[in-house]
Amino acid sequence: MGILEVKGVNKRFGGLQALGDVNLSVEENTVHAIIGPNGAGKSTLLNCLVGKLIPDTGSVMFAGQSVLGRKPHEINQMGISRVFQTPEIFADLTVLENVMIPCFAKRDGSFRMHAIESVGSEKEILEMAEQMLADVNMLEKRDMHSGSLSRGDKRRLEMAMCLVQQPRLLLLDEPTAGMARADTNNTIDLLKEINQKRDITMCIIEHDMHVVFSLAQRITVLAQGTPLVEDTPDKIKGHPKVREAYLGEAA
Amino acid sequence: MDAIFLQILNGLDKGSAYALIALGLTLIFGTLGVVNFAHGALFMIGAFCAVTLQRFLNLSYSAVDETKTDFLGNPMVVKTPYVEGWFGPELGQAIIAWSVPLAILLAIPVMLFVGFAMERGLIKHFYKRPHADQILVTFGLAIVLQEIIKYYFGANPIQTPAPPALVGSFDFGVLLGFDPNVIIYPIWRLVYFIFALVIICAVFAFLQFTTFGMVVRAGMADRETVGLLGINIDKRFTIMFGVAASVAGLAGVMYGPILAPNYHMGMDFLVLSFVVVVVGGMGSLPGAVAAGFILGILQSFASMNEVKALMPGIDQIVIYLIAIIILLTRPRGLMGRKGVMED
Amino acid sequence: MPGLDRKDTRFFILIVAATLLMPFILQPFPEGSGMAQFNAGYPDLMQRFVIFGIFAMGFNILFGLTGYLSFGHAAFLGVGSYATVWMYKLLGFNVVPGLILAVICSAIFAVVIGYVSLRRSGIYFSILTLAFAEMSYRLAYSVLTPITNGETGLQVYSNDPQVLMGPGSPESTHFFGLEMASSYVMQIGGWAFTFNFGFYFAAAIFIAMFYLTMRIFRSPFGMMLRAVKSNQQRMNYTGLNSRPYTLAAFVISGSYAGLAGGLLAAMDPLAGAERMFWTESGAVVLMTILGGAGTLLGPVLGAGFIKYFENIFSKINDNVLHGWFAWMPDGLEDFMVAIIHPFVGKGWHLTLGLLFMAVVIFLPGGLVEGGQRVARIFRRRDKKAPEGSPEEQAAEQRNPGPAE
Repeated sequence: MGILEVKGVNKRFGGLQALGDVNLSVEENTVHAIIGPNGAGKSTLLNCLVGKLIPDTGSVMFAGQSVLGRKPHEINQMGISRVFQTPEIFADLTVLENVMIPCFAKRDGSFRMHAIESVGSEKEILEMAEQMLADVNMLEKRDMHSGSLSRGDKRRLEMAMCLVQQPRLLLLDEPTAGMARADTNNTIDLLKEINQKRDITMCIIEHDMHVVFSLAQRITVLAQGTPLVEDTPDKIKGHPKVREAYLGEAA
Repeated sequence: MDAIFLQILNGLDKGSAYALIALGLTLIFGTLGVVNFAHGALFMIGAFCAVTLQRFLNLSYSAVDETKTDFLGNPMVVKTPYVEGWFGPELGQAIIAWSVPLAILLAIPVMLFVGFAMERGLIKHFYKRPHADQILVTFGLAIVLQEIIKYYFGANPIQTPAPPALVGSFDFGVLLGFDPNVIIYPIWRLVYFIFALVIICAVFAFLQFTTFGMVVRAGMADRETVGLLGINIDKRFTIMFGVAASVAGLAGVMYGPILAPNYHMGMDFLVLSFVVVVVGGMGSLPGAVAAGFILGILQSFASMNEVKALMPGIDQIVIYLIAIIILLTRPRGLMGRKGVMED
Repeated sequence: MPGLDRKDTRFFILIVAATLLMPFILQPFPEGSGMAQFNAGYPDLMQRFVIFGIFAMGFNILFGLTGYLSFGHAAFLGVGSYATVWMYKLLGFNVVPGLILAVICSAIFAVVIGYVSLRRSGIYFSILTLAFAEMSYRLAYSVLTPITNGETGLQVYSNDPQVLMGPGSPESTHFFGLEMASSYVMQIGGWAFTFNFGFYFAAAIFIAMFYLTMRIFRSPFGMMLRAVKSNQQRMNYTGLNSRPYTLAAFVISGSYAGLAGGLLAAMDPLAGAERMFWTESGAVVLMTILGGAGTLLGPVLGAGFIKYFENIFSKINDNVLHGWFAWMPDGLEDFMVAIIHPFVGKGWHLTLGLLFMAVVIFLPGGLVEGGQRVARIFRRRDKKAPEGSPEEQAAEQRNPGPAE
């Protein structure tokens, strides 16, 4: 039984079948990649997992509980964090504040009327956030306005915001899109480290085969909204159907 | 039955004004993506075009008329408007009497100019700023425009009568087979309604049947693609701003005989027009027109004594109540496209 | 001060001192001098400074922090005034029960309006709040006349119950016997300084509210509100529910407005529906933006600025203008007077509108940002000074969050 179990999910937009009978099982403490050509329904699937979209039929279970019908913040509180394709951070706030907010969310839940104590007196939160910033090598930038960070730093910050919550499942939407090779390799190392050191299960949507094959323990290939195959990277590489549908030009 | 009919008629003139202002508002929003709080001020400026023309036509020269004497026996000083001097007393009198409809001729160039000046001088710089900033700066502009008018024309309402031929009422009921004197409707209001319909049709025809309109509509649907085709959409949008300003101005000119123009009429109508736009759906032209008339008529129904007895105070708040219900249940309004400022 | 760091404590002490010394600070010109008309140290105006300061400060908690632009805040001001006057009518002229009721009523009102309006954001939220405020205004004039006394306005009549009124109780608003209207005038040379109890009562509440606002700004709650403004999507995906945060901000800011309304009625025991008109809501928006939305001091400055110029500008008439330019040659004098005339006296709103537009266009951070810019220019001249710290660079960005 995987930590994330997707069974028979269908999603239609008007006449378009975006997802057709998707089944997916993500094992705990693995990196699971979802690949597929453009328009295969990868992002739709991701949106169904975090509560942005509600599937027409089917079930999505996380750690034995259904996530369907829950709001994004409730799903996050269950232990699912999401990294976006273009970094979503609090651009008007400082780097440190950006990381402190998820710490508060983790400790206090989705709402707490915390209007009188000052932020500065929350020592444990401060330490947690600073430790996290140190882990991603951003501590010296703690007082910077996060909107003025470089794109790469924004990504690292967003990652830090997700990791500091110690999620059980981290969803990543093309974490290396638009990166130079060196940055991509750094990100791969970072993700590997996260997966091993912090025991965080990851589910990655990615175009870059280099990233996918360096990280993933299992791969699901999605084509036209339906899973084609699900297997280990080695088997996927040699799979004739996959070569035909997707890897033909990439391999 | 006749009461219902009468209320529908009564709602038409206000509905026409709402529809015209809302049409311009939604046109500006749809094309330029700007929330224009100064649009009510354009309506007011239109109304004051009529006032200006009326004053201009009444400019007189004084001459001593030896044939007449005043009550002290001195020769009387007679004031004669210049127009009468130029066109002869009869035609001159007629021109003065018809100053409100004639003011349309003045209002069109004035409003186009005001519209262009506003867009080029101010609004242009706010396309990329948040909606809140657009609201705030146009709100400031509305205050400025209203104060300028107040400075030149004073704080009191100024009567702008309809032409004598169009004053009085018209027994509408007889035409429809009701008893005489049941459904009586002021002629000018009927004129206003027809005038509004003509303008609405003209705007729609302009957008529907001209190449210019086609480009503008395409731009409203997808600005980027049209821009990629190498069409200069901004220039056309500027012209649309002028058109929207003219529509509001014309609505104001002809409204003079219904409501004596005053400097705060723009603000009064603005709030309601925004509600109309939202009910119709931001950026939807047919929605704005339909919502304008529907809300005008509903407001007139709500002011019936029978309704008021049932729900006291409903006449005061019906428009707002409907707006709240619509916004909560169907945020894109009656006919708005999905996803326009929706979240 | 408890809960404030050293920098904030210094800032707060400065505010307290400035507020308490207002009768001196605002009275720089001796009586009878030509400049005396620019003095603002009289009780009525000073009361309005602090009361509208509270109003704008509350509005800023909503708009400045969360970015939700309410166009209906005057409704809460009106509710506060009505509640307070009702307490006068039922109990007596002590302001305490009235102010308490004002805060409670406006908070309840804000819960209802906020719960509904916050289901939408952006312009739709603005229109919803505007619609609610207009409804309140119109109902206050029509069906609710038994509560609001319609166009006459709510006031205390001699046949009102006033059950707590003893034979010796003051016949005007008071705080446990201390009358709001009582003043002490201190003559020093040509100067006259007026110390009015009503002003000091309102000022004490203002200082308390300023302290509270400061704590809110520096609290995790305040940080969450800024997060709402910055990126609601990220907030939701971070496990935070933005709705209760915005509702809490709305209710807090509505209560501030209710308190301000109550204080208005404490200074002058009247309440009218015109206080709920949407232009009043517009005025508080103007104050906040003009001063600097999202900053602690900005809204207070903006409120003071607008109320001061409203008073002073509107008093300047042609005679005053001729007095100013009397030294000029005749033609030029008339010319100057003719140019300035439309902007002063009754034309003061024109100046306000232009000023407001200028601020939105050139200085989106308001007066506070203007002050910071000027300060930076001076610092740059002083070449020994180090380059701006990261915090200052951050402050250069638009909407600088909590700044002084």
